[in-house]
Amino acid sequence: MTIFFAVLFSVSTLVLVAGLGLKIAQYARTPAPLKIPTTPAPLTRPGVALRLGREALLFESLFRGNKPLWLFAMIFHLGLAVVLIRHARYFEAHVGPLVALVQPLAMPAGLAMVAGLALLLARRFLIERVRYVTGPSDLLMLALLLAIGVSGLAMKGMVHTDIVAVKAFFTGLMGFELRPLPADPLLGLHLLLVCGLMIVFPFSKLLHAPGLFFSPTRNQTDTPREMRHLAPWAAKLEEKG
Amino acid sequence: MAAAPFDIPALGDPAEHPVPALKPAAMAESKPYLAAAAHQEPLGFPGELEEGWEKHAIALMGDKLSKFRSLQVFMDICVKCGACTDKCHYFLGTGDPKNMPVARADLFRSVYRRYFTTAGKLTPGLVGARDMTRDVLDEWYNYFHQCSQCRRCSVFCPYGIDTAEISMAARDIMDSIGQGQKYCNEIIGKVHKIGNNLGLPAPALLDTLEGLEEDILDETGVPVKLPIDVAGAEVLLVTPSADFFAEPHVLGLIGYAKVFHAAGVSWTLSTKASEAGNFGMFIGNYEQMQKISMRIREAAQELGVKRIIFGECGHAWRVAYSFLNTLAGPWDFLDPRYPVPQHILEFTSDLIRRKGIKLDKSGNEGMVLTVHDSCNVARGARMGDRPGGQFTIPREVIIASVPKFVDMHPDTICDKTYCCGGGGGLLTDELIELRVKGASPRMEALKDVVDKQGVTHMAAMCAICKAQFTKILPYYDFDREMVVSVHQLVSNAILLGDND
Ligand code: SF4
Ligand code: SF4
Ligand code: SF4
Repeated sequence: MTIFFAVLFSVSTLVLVAGLGLKIAQYARTPAPLKIPTTPAPLTRPGVALRLGREALLFESLFRGNKPLWLFAMIFHLGLAVVLIRHARYFEAHVGPLVALVQPLAMPAGLAMVAGLALLLARRFLIERVRYVTGPSDLLMLALLLAIGVSGLAMKGMVHTDIVAVKAFFTGLMGFELRPLPADPLLGLHLLLVCGLMIVFPFSKLLHAPGLFFSPTRNQTDTPREMRHLAPWAAKLEEKG
Repeated sequence: MAAAPFDIPALGDPAEHPVPALKPAAMAESKPYLAAAAHQEPLGFPGELEEGWEKHAIALMGDKLSKFRSLQVFMDICVKCGACTDKCHYFLGTGDPKNMPVARADLFRSVYRRYFTTAGKLTPGLVGARDMTRDVLDEWYNYFHQCSQCRRCSVFCPYGIDTAEISMAARDIMDSIGQGQKYCNEIIGKVHKIGNNLGLPAPALLDTLEGLEEDILDETGVPVKLPIDVAGAEVLLVTPSADFFAEPHVLGLIGYAKVFHAAGVSWTLSTKASEAGNFGMFIGNYEQMQKISMRIREAAQELGVKRIIFGECGHAWRVAYSFLNTLAGPWDFLDPRYPVPQHILEFTSDLIRRKGIKLDKSGNEGMVLTVHDSCNVARGARMGDRPGGQFTIPREVIIASVPKFVDMHPDTICDKTYCCGGGGGLLTDELIELRVKGASPRMEALKDVVDKQGVTHMAAMCAICKAQFTKILPYYDFDREMVVSVHQLVSNAILLGDND
């Protein structure tokens, strides 16, 4: 079990980092030949940073578009954020201040995450329009996240795992040193699912996380008259023509 | 109104945001006429679908993906959350699920996934990936011509996914494999051959302008000129050719002329650039869009003007404001004190503020106005020097010209405005059912202010909006003359004669 997960985690991390890196490089490399911010749009770079910040942290556009969905998405993502921060304790030798800060929120956050996911899943069945645009992969993604959340909560609330050993395993792994992982089936399941998530991340719609920052309708300044905006391929076209 | 061969959507209360139940395939048969070889070939597109078009389409898709970040990113990041599903006027008007923006985009995305993603290559069924087939192409043709590229979906999408970008890409691919749309491509041919979308030759144009000068003189006693091809004028006015042709457009043109006259600014039209519109955007073709834009640069250089001002047209203003500098700049030969290009409403509102022209509201006695924010102006461009000027400036001008102004429901104006239903290259008779149904959200909001606030007229600042409304208003039991040009109101109110 220890060796299996040591290998699996290394591979998953590699896939996640390399896959995301390649995707981000692709987005960064692809030119945006025209100014297409959805207006009204900010006129300055700091303005754009603020717009993106509001989108990433407050889901501003979604709030304008669909209030119940905004609420469900917020519940899930906030829960997830706290849970992720909490998990840092498995990777750092000394628990940082942020991790300590969210300590009392751990359980509510985990529950919020699972509840948010359940609501998101339910609306995929209950709302006709959403059902229409939902594909198998959309359901599987929610199911995967739910299974990760539930197995995690189960370890926290019911079948306790030796988290000191888990921490030893991960900190060891980061220093390329094998330390035994507790042979707990629930932990095994949890870790297996997490590895699955890490592997599919760069190939799935989870790319919305980095993608938002590359979305030209959101990340461009509204300055077409002030500054000439020209993509390299368009400049070449001009030379030819 | 004579009975239409289709149902007219019932109009509800805009405050309740009525959303129809899904009616699968309700608009599956709706499609514009196919371009013939005679419309395709002059633009450099193949005359008909050629052997091996499937492969060619995929290659073109790959090319687009590498040239347009919008397309590449939008293909990957949609989470199918459904926030956009009730935002498109064509879905709200027809109930056809493929008119929900995400479903429309998925027609393209499914092919992208099949050929360009690992998941789609390995497990097509799981991620809804499809081969490029004749059926898929037909679906593309029908539904990417049920999108007016109005960008309303992009306002509400948490990642700003703009289905207009995807429609443009799909249309460009279809043109390039020989499956073009007649309406757009025929018009682009006319721009290249004759100089404007309506195909009005120079002599006809001169005639029209002379006639208008006489009309204004008869009516006001003031010799207001409509100059054309006058070298050395200060301003080149580029306006949609509909302004030379039909009401209410032409009444707006008279308004521009009066404003220039009253302000004492010399101006000219151009036979070469006798069209502000740029259908190159509708077909998503960068080269065409650039070629059409270059006429304006050439006209400005030949006439030696110092400024360029655009008349009232929605998509034209988007191309002008957002793209002209890219496509036909730099504009270093023009007067650097003015933005290039300017909108006629920027020009007029500035004069009103500086008291450079005088308006008398009684010229529009008895009218209660509302305004239709043209989607291309609202979400794809700006006016003035502050974000949102595209909303405040037209309102300032209207309010200065009329006794009473009322806005429609807040969820249907400014950047949440609904398209008129005829934009994006869909203003053609064979799509009348789509156009009437797609106009229903706008009609709903209009009816609301007509019933509750006594609105008598709706101002528009776009040639396509004006033409579309003139045509579809009667289907909703409104008078076709309810739609007016913004500068028509200025024209009625402006005091000519003493410009000191
Ligand atoms: S709102 Fe955006 S992310 Fe959500 S389904 Fe529509 S396009 Fe996809
Ligand atoms: S751009 Fe406008 S017409 Fe096209 S899908 Fe989006 S909302 Fe509908
Ligand atoms: S015609 Fe008017 S409302 Fe319709 S797409 Fe164009 S600008 Fe938008």
